[in-house]
Amino acid sequence: MATPVNKEDAFSQFLLRMGDNTLILGHRVSEWCGHAPVLEEDIALANTALDLIGQTQMWLGLAAEVQGEGKSADDLAFLRDAWDFRNVLLCEVPNGDFGRTLMRQFLFDAWHSIQLGRLMKSSDERVAAIAEKASKEVAYHLERSADTVVGLGDGTEESHRRMQEALDYLWPYVGEMFQSDEADAEMVKAGIAPDPASLREEYDVLVSRILGDATLIIPDSSFAHKGGRTGAMHTEHLGHLLTQMQWLQRAYPGAKW
Amino acid sequence: MSQAIAQPNIDQIWEWLDAVPDPEIPVISLVDLGIIRDVAWEGETLVVTVTPTYSGCPATSVIAMDIETALRDHGITDLRLKTQISPAWTTDWLSEKGRTKLEEYGIAPPQPAGGPEKCPHCGSTRVTKVSQFGSTPCKAHWRCQDCLEPFDYFKCI
Repeated sequence: MATPVNKEDAFSQFLLRMGDNTLILGHRVSEWCGHAPVLEEDIALANTALDLIGQTQMWLGLAAEVQGEGKSADDLAFLRDAWDFRNVLLCEVPNGDFGRTLMRQFLFDAWHSIQLGRLMKSSDERVAAIAEKASKEVAYHLERSADTVVGLGDGTEESHRRMQEALDYLWPYVGEMFQSDEADAEMVKAGIAPDPASLREEYDVLVSRILGDATLIIPDSSFAHKGGRTGAMHTEHLGHLLTQMQWLQRAYPGAKW
Repeated sequence: MSQAIAQPNIDQIWEWLDAVPDPEIPVISLVDLGIIRDVAWEGETLVVTVTPTYSGCPATSVIAMDIETALRDHGITDLRLKTQISPAWTTDWLSEKGRTKLEEYGIAPPQPAGGPEKCPHCGSTRVTKVSQFGSTPCKAHWRCQDCLEPFDYFKCI
């Protein structure tokens, strides 16, 4: 994908990044449906996935509108290949155990809630409206994922060990959420979205407090995997996820029910 | 020919919509739920503005279909549904009638304090949260420590 050259391309990039994050994480979380350790958690995960997929319809719906090629949110979700996705790598890594799933959720929710708070002041009223709607749901996600991370981190010897392992595994995927490129610069100039890097300080304060309460130690490394939000290189996991998520539309093009 | 029939007035249409039950909580109406934001004639077309409760709520498409069916049954054929997401839906828009009906049905109505005021079955205030999520996106799962019955709590957002 070439560097976006104008505001329309940059806007489309930005919307795909928002929508692909919620789509891919929503799909990942939905994989727990029927498999969670207890019924209440199963319902909670399915509800979280549902919110994320609902938000996807709004972001990708607007992306399709801005692209103006007559596509729908469904076309973007089900008919693009891995290299066209713009989600951060954090969203596509496999679920692992329940603890890792909730740690990933917390690390994402913390960023998501800050980002949506800023987007509510977007110069584009459609973006501001989606952010206003989504932020209410995400505040609830964050409350739950933070509580669960604390409960498991400051829990039994085994739950603590698993949560520390989850944090060690996922931390290198955090940095990508704060990387900026030309498309972001264009969005800042237009007043549509904040510079991703400007969210880091608030994020670190929030995450350090919760992980401290969870008695977990943030790895002492700033190394960050990247390539998801630019589309340069996804992990091998995204393609496998798409084979499941897109299977029906690929096997039976245009199928409706 | 359609010119010969007078357009039903707006109050009448609100009344009709108040008879359409929420598909997941049928004791309250769509008007009680506060998701009908506006009803207006634009020339010959009736425009009903609806806001979703939760962005992924699967009942949304059923609700749209129920509104269409109800209004068509009352003879309105030229109808357009408009989705509006801002201002975002809040449980402050639940009607008083709706809150009372929820409680009678066994669902604790939303409270600004973030949890149910009392058990909708026995009225005890000794209640405890089981899960932040319940049987639909708009509800959480609680339990009474006196009568020991589990119940749904309508989340306050």
